Amino acid sequence: MRTIFTITLKELRSYFISPIAYVVFAMFLVLSGYFFSVILLISKEASFRGAASNIIITLLFLMPLITMKAFSEEKKLGTLEMLMTKPVRDIEVTLGKFLAATLLFVTMLASTLAYIFILSKYGNPDMGPIWSAYLGILLCGMSFIALGIFASTLTENQIIAAVIGFALVLMLWVLNWISGNLNGVDSELLSYLALSTHLEGFVKGVVSLKDVIYYLSFISFWLFVAVKSIEIRKWK
Amino acid sequence: MIEVSKLTKKYGDKAAIQDVSFNIAQGEVVGFLGPNGAGKTTTMRILTGYIPPTSGEVKIGGLDVFADSLVVRQKLGYLPENTPLYLDMDVEVFLKYIAALKKVTADKRQTHIRKIMKICGISNVSQSTIKTLSKGYRQRVGIAQALVGNPEYLILDEPTIGLDPKQIIEIRELIKSLAEDKTIILSTHILPEVSITCTRVIIISEGKIVAEDTPNNLENRLSGVAKVLLTVKGQPEKIKLSLQDITDVTEVNIKKTHPGGLIDLEVASQKEADVRKELAQTIVRNDWDLLEMRREVLGLEEIFLKLTTKE
Repeated sequence: MRTIFTITLKELRSYFISPIAYVVFAMFLVLSGYFFSVILLISKEASFRGAASNIIITLLFLMPLITMKAFSEEKKLGTLEMLMTKPVRDIEVTLGKFLAATLLFVTMLASTLAYIFILSKYGNPDMGPIWSAYLGILLCGMSFIALGIFASTLTENQIIAAVIGFALVLMLWVLNWISGNLNGVDSELLSYLALSTHLEGFVKGVVSLKDVIYYLSFISFWLFVAVKSIEIRKWK
Repeated sequence: MIEVSKLTKKYGDKAAIQDVSFNIAQGEVVGFLGPNGAGKTTTMRILTGYIPPTSGEVKIGGLDVFADSLVVRQKLGYLPENTPLYLDMDVEVFLKYIAALKKVTADKRQTHIRKIMKICGISNVSQSTIKTLSKGYRQRVGIAQALVGNPEYLILDEPTIGLDPKQIIEIRELIKSLAEDKTIILSTHILPEVSITCTRVIIISEGKIVAEDTPNNLENRLSGVAKVLLTVKGQPEKIKLSLQDITDVTEVNIKKTHPGGLIDLEVASQKEADVRKELAQTIVRNDWDLLEMRREVLGLEEIFLKLTTKE
């Protein structure tokens, strides 16, 4: 447990040494601010719903940029060998990196609370759907992170890791589009597997256990695959 | 105690190492010598538990490197090939991170790291970012991180590669000073390194161990003949003939004739015999002038070539 925390701290520090985190953070603020204000101006409604759907799309693009270096940089520098020969478990390293990216994401997300403050100051928004939307974005964003971390175990090239991460996230996001148009494939299954279908409820203000469990198992699954992927070197 | 038995590592059909077995006793400094691509790094990686062998096993301090991996890694300091470091971190911050991973308790971390930085001579750069450091300093930081947690066993993969001669000497001195209370394995493809720093040499070539001994014994074992080089003033043919008559001398060669009657000779003899006394007496008896005489023992460098080049 302490090892996970040690790795998280080191990863967080390294996020803020490199310019990537700052750029991603800043661009996220610009885009989410734009979505929030434009939607507010058009709809004239004290709601977070429109902005929330667009914020998650922004994250779809930006999150792979945050996670791309998690393992690929260590592979390239050779530090993975140094790290993995210390008394640390592979899963501790993976979780440490996951937590660091999550904390960075939480900070990004928390800064959008300013919009909620504006909404509640000048309007009378229904807070329930707002908090549920935040929970949904948080869980969905963490799913992007888990997938992105897996992508970065596949290569020592950060750009490739970002591209693979983005492609995987987008693919799983739109997986439900195909449902209903395929013969012989269980369309409900595809729709269940898609990341986007589970967010709808949260944005509308419905927190269902089923959706929460979906995201948690999605996160666990991809972190598990990531651990297995760095353990490939241990194959005989 | 490090016990390595019958290690084989295959990548596809190609074996990187094959049937590698050796033991290293507590407190030994062992040089792992071989040309590039001989399987040194593969062996080091298996020893540290980074990759598993295809077959065979490694025990460090009686514990299996894979079954008891975490316990073994706690006792192990490892400098991987090419000294990988987090280039964006400051030296002290980096070492503190490693100390935390090595489970050095928070209250002892500061003093522990100070001590290591002093031993490695990097106290003056403790606040510098690693990427700004020279190769020599980075190498010291690499060794410093291996020392964190006070490991009993130290495994160093090519610790002096890419350094300038002065830095090489400094790193060797550092390794020597560490040898007092640690068991050390270091790999290298540079010969003088092992004879300077190591108590024992294991020579590996094409994935197999080809020789294993102390640097001294290796020299003796492999130099089938001892050679004596002479510079004498006199008549070449006569000298050659009379020297050949000495018992135990197997061959006399005239290497070079200088103007003014100086001759360089090379006298080969049986390995155990020291023929220098007889040579000198013969030359003096014949009234020739003996200007120089020295015995040549085969250097490790030549042994290495002998061992690892196929005829």
